Amino acid sequence: MSEIHLKIDGKEIVAKEGMTILEAAKSAGIPIPTLCHYEKLEPYGACRICTVEMEAQGRKQLVASCVYPVEPNAVVTTRSEVIDEVRKMILELLLAHAPDAPALQDLAKEYGANEGRFEKEPSFCILCGLCVRYCAEVKKKDAVAFVDQGPKREICFVPEVASKECWNCKECFPLCPTSYLQAAYVLTEGLVGFKTS
Amino acid sequence: MTKINSPAELEEYRKILKSKIDPNRRWISLCSGSACNAARSAEVAAAIETELEKEGLSGLVDFKRTGCHGFCEKGPIVDIHPEKICYLNVAASDVSEIISETVKENRIIDRLLYTDPSTGEKIAHEDDIPFYKYQGRIIFSSNSKVDPKYIDDYIAVDGYSALAKALFEMNPDQVVDTVKEAGLRGRGGAGFPTGKKWEIARANPGDTKYVIVNADEGDPGAYMDRSVLEGNPHAVLEGLVIGAYAIGAHQGYIYVRQEYPLAVENVNIAIKQAEEAGFLGKNILGSGFDFTVEVAQGAGAFVCGEETALLRSLEGKPGEPKARPPFPAQSGLWGKPTNINNVETWANIPMIINNGASFFNSIGTKGSAGTKIFSLVGKVNNTGLVEVPMGITLRDIIFKVGGGIPNGKKFKAVQTGGPSGGCIPSEHLDRGVDFDELAKVGAIMGSGGMIVMDEDTCMVDMAKYFLVFLSEESCGKCVPCREGIRQMLNILTNITKGNGKESDIEVLEKLCKTTGSASLCALGKTAPSPVLSTLRYFRDEYEAHIRDKRCPAYSCKSLISYYIDPEKCQACMTCGKKCPAEAIVGGKNQIHVIDQEKCTKCGTCFEVCPSRFRAVKKISGEPVPTPIPVEARKIVREGKQK
Repeated sequence: MSEIHLKIDGKEIVAKEGMTILEAAKSAGIPIPTLCHYEKLEPYGACRICTVEMEAQGRKQLVASCVYPVEPNAVVTTRSEVIDEVRKMILELLLAHAPDAPALQDLAKEYGANEGRFEKEPSFCILCGLCVRYCAEVKKKDAVAFVDQGPKREICFVPEVASKECWNCKECFPLCPTSYLQAAYVLTEGLVGFKTS
Repeated sequence: MTKINSPAELEEYRKILKSKIDPNRRWISLCSGSACNAARSAEVAAAIETELEKEGLSGLVDFKRTGCHGFCEKGPIVDIHPEKICYLNVAASDVSEIISETVKENRIIDRLLYTDPSTGEKIAHEDDIPFYKYQGRIIFSSNSKVDPKYIDDYIAVDGYSALAKALFEMNPDQVVDTVKEAGLRGRGGAGFPTGKKWEIARANPGDTKYVIVNADEGDPGAYMDRSVLEGNPHAVLEGLVIGAYAIGAHQGYIYVRQEYPLAVENVNIAIKQAEEAGFLGKNILGSGFDFTVEVAQGAGAFVCGEETALLRSLEGKPGEPKARPPFPAQSGLWGKPTNINNVETWANIPMIINNGASFFNSIGTKGSAGTKIFSLVGKVNNTGLVEVPMGITLRDIIFKVGGGIPNGKKFKAVQTGGPSGGCIPSEHLDRGVDFDELAKVGAIMGSGGMIVMDEDTCMVDMAKYFLVFLSEESCGKCVPCREGIRQMLNILTNITKGNGKESDIEVLEKLCKTTGSASLCALGKTAPSPVLSTLRYFRDEYEAHIRDKRCPAYSCKSLISYYIDPEKCQACMTCGKKCPAEAIVGGKNQIHVIDQEKCTKCGTCFEVCPSRFRAVKKISGEPVPTPIPVEARKIVREGKQK
């Protein structure tokens, strides 16, 4: 694999072809916040908190660093007024759903996000999909899935699968950035009465 | 039909078909597209067949059920050839007269003709009707000539000659170069140069490549791709095979929404007939080139018109967009290089190959060659599908082709490009319509939706309408789109209900910025457009809603009231009888008063109040005047005093 030279925050970086900007930044010790990213899973690009500015081939654009591959001679900026505005807004949008999530609270402090900007609609889930993707990609069970679309999207345990698979696993629990996953699980459990044997 | 094995055989076959056609023969063309079908075109068709038989004309007078003629406002449409006498709004009960009078006796039936609304003049010939006269139809022109279910009709209008030319007289690079030189840009929305797209897909290495027809048309009110696919499926197929040859693909898919049953039916018939004729399958026309195509039906999600979501849907996965790069041209369907073009783009190809790049780029403007089919709908007299050369002004489309605004109302704005597009106010009506000009005024060409709005349209409400659509159609994967649209919609809803806050506009603009710049796919990236463009041109309407709780278009129910002017009310009781909420107090000789508590603001009283009185008023942003006392409500009519 060929090497790719690029600049992140003024630092010369040599990355491998096919690496994402996030991976390249990490390798150089440059932090970029993430919410839906997890090394064991395919990059997803849903929360967009890892948005950075990239200038390549004469074009400047905002890209999600977790999914965007490194490009030769790209100039990447990981903090700027524009980027911070985007991250702040994303946090404010998510805080309406999960105001007490520690991961959001920490980032909110850093980016000066106003928790009360939008009316609270506590769903407690930020739809990062870590549980759904972990179950599908690592465990290959699909016991928890997304249902519906747009603002109606939510996660849901599939009772028939969950009742067989989840009892001894629960590996997705610690991945959840809010506490919603456990609640959804307990709800499903209560509704369908999982077998414990 | 028997298989055609070479270009020479094709030309021979065409010669035979053409020799059977006398240009002066009498034949009837009936629009049988979806819009006319909804207006009972099938009944008209049955009546025509019965009448021809009855009059002993079967076999003497040809009758074709064709695709959409475009003038959907006036369907079903019957054209009588060779004169091209055009009858509009034809019902089955009109048919016997059409056959006996016009077909047999050459007499024109006045009442079925187009009437010019301004002069009252009757127009008999299709080409003289302003709706058609000011268009420039080069793709759509075949629609009224061919029966989409018969490949012979298409071959007779020089169909598949471009395919023969490409396969035998050009190499793939020459095909790509011709399309590049023609300057064709994608008709699906973004306007990316088609030749460039093909070149990239061709250059990407790989033995297996795919070409796809994107027929997932989803903009509200837009149906041009549907009509092309229904009415002239072979043109799309021919373009597709030529593209496949240029790119090096041997398999293609037509991704069409299942709500388009007639398009699905006609394109499937077309594929079968093209296979039998040797235009699809192995060794096409004896060239050694193989290509097969399948129809894939989508479930109708708007986001599946986005290329990466379309590909995932084709693969049997949820229709959610994926990050680009890699682009479909690099890694598309099942990881193979894939080229996706929209229906209208493919339909342009045969004409470009046949007539050459310079023919095509002589039409239109410098940056936007050719024509564009628009779906002209909304508050305009002649709704329908119009094909015009790029560069024509909005004014010509709306007022010359479209016949202006109904009921003497004033034009307010036109929304181009669907939910991703923007509104354009009257000050820009004289702009030429092409990809770049529309972008300059904050709108887009999009796939060709054109919704005309009159003075009664509230622009905040209009933006809200598109945001409702987008919120339902967002896949919900990424935060800026899912949550940004949700919050924008919340704010717009509050504003239209009179609950807007002074800070709302600023928050809206911030949301627009984040959603527009950080969303994953084009649906989210363009979702702020309806808000941004209405803010750009109609900011005062937002401010009126927020500050004065007034809807300047008298459209937002929460902000308007109906009021009966006691000076004008003649106590005729018309409104009282029609009010569905029984909110009108008053009887004979008693001036009517609206009980504001009961009123549901349906507007019935406003509509039914006789125009000689015009006593019912709409008010907004001001308190409803206190009703006059009961004792003052009695009307004493002159001459009726006892």
